[in-house]
Amino acid sequence: MFILVIDWWLIIGKVVLIAAIIGLSFFIAMYTTYFERKVAAWLQDRIGPNRAGPFGIFQPLADGGKLFFKEEIIPLASNKFLFILGPAMAMITALLTSSVIPWGTPLLINGREMPLQVADVNMGILFVFGVVSVGVYGIMIGGWASNNKFSLMAAIRGASQMISYELPMGLALIAVLFMTGSLQMSDIVANQVKNGWHIIYQPLGFLIFFICALAECNRTPFDLPEAENELNFGYHQEYSSMKLGFYLFAEYINMFISSAVMATLYFGGYDIPFVNEATWDLPNWLMSLISFSVLMAKISFFLFLFLWIRWTIPRFRYDQLMNLGWKKLIPLALFNMIITAALMLWLKK
Amino acid sequence: MQLTQRAKQVDRKPMTWVESIYLWNIFKGMMITLSHLFKRKATIKYPEETRTFSKVFRGLQVLNRDEEGRERCTACGLCAVACPAEAITMEAAERLPEEEHLYREEKYAAKYEINMLRCIFCGLCEEACPKDAIYLSQTFAPANYGRKGFIYKKEDLLIPNPLTHPAEYEKARGERTEEKV
Repeated sequence: MFILVIDWWLIIGKVVLIAAIIGLSFFIAMYTTYFERKVAAWLQDRIGPNRAGPFGIFQPLADGGKLFFKEEIIPLASNKFLFILGPAMAMITALLTSSVIPWGTPLLINGREMPLQVADVNMGILFVFGVVSVGVYGIMIGGWASNNKFSLMAAIRGASQMISYELPMGLALIAVLFMTGSLQMSDIVANQVKNGWHIIYQPLGFLIFFICALAECNRTPFDLPEAENELNFGYHQEYSSMKLGFYLFAEYINMFISSAVMATLYFGGYDIPFVNEATWDLPNWLMSLISFSVLMAKISFFLFLFLWIRWTIPRFRYDQLMNLGWKKLIPLALFNMIITAALMLWLKK
Repeated sequence: MQLTQRAKQVDRKPMTWVESIYLWNIFKGMMITLSHLFKRKATIKYPEETRTFSKVFRGLQVLNRDEEGRERCTACGLCAVACPAEAITMEAAERLPEEEHLYREEKYAAKYEINMLRCIFCGLCEEACPKDAIYLSQTFAPANYGRKGFIYKKEDLLIPNPLTHPAEYEKARGERTEEKV
């Protein structure tokens, strides 16, 4: 008698999917660094990296190789265990979030339905929030373990920024959850496929969410934890070699994942706009591919938006950051939540 | 007191409501940066493309030859004296009877070196030279891995022989000497 039947196909399928998504995250993060430099150059009337390979497309490989060959320096006065834990933490949390995002319509393999989502947990979006909150420990531990005043200041800034901006982010999200009635990511997407994208009903909520996502990713104009000109690169000042690479990479993976989350929550996930793709009667694998590409297109747009904003807006001052977070975004998000609730009651949905 | 007409009065009015929510101004700023995406690039792909220099550009020094391919330099040392950066050193030698096809005058520079790290490309050597033997071309010193590579010997500076290598001679000559000779 079997007490536990192990479904090998499920396990293999999931392992392949996890490997693919991690590989994809790394690939996208690599090329976001490339486009970060390219877009910066274009916006400043320059050409940008163009030496490594055609149009410089091997630049990220060269950068990565350089980071690997750099000398590994651990400061004597630092706490060595935490010093190594910091970048590991940042990387793990950055990669963990991708597990609940639905990447496309389910794939049929040998008559088995295989969802393009690692785990469709019923508290999906809460999981994302939880992991992102843990992500700040990467910054805090790294900054603290460096035993350096600049790093410590950056860590404190990072922590307070994360706490301040998670509140309006969560409040903006509650309005979305009112509409879907579920925390499950697949339900949120299905609701948008049926009733139209949430951005139509929640433009203010999206704006708040987007601003907070910028802050959570430590992107300009909220890059106070790494403020180059004030804090000397902040929390990763003492880091070198691949530990620094992990921090930088985690930032880009976070950008990728937060773009995916925004696309999923407000822009219909893998839904193709203006058409009803269910009536197309395409082969299953093609449908999955198209839906995945659509999601990637949305993500690419958001990534470009991240870069575009970075090379346009200067950094907020610390007091401006706090004012914006506590005095503007939180009341706005509360207002948005109440209006949504009132409208839904009034329309008896 | 106003020194120029370009001075602008700084506006220190408190922010209006539209300004205080930043969004509209951020949008305007982003449109400005977006417009730069499509503008002509100010930079070029250097080794493949080069900018054209003006005719009075002062680049790398060239030691000139006359029409018969003989070196013009007589190692008088005036360029070295004129050089404010003291970048030029030379050693003179006397021409032997069988070397008349090599050197124009009875005395010539056996050794002629310019330290390109010291050189400020002012062109005073060119002005000082009574024999039109040195002038500044329209190329500049390329990058090098060591300091030694920047000390240019006579072989590096000498223009190609117009009799044996006419094409190279024309190229090295550039446009700069045309109005002078």
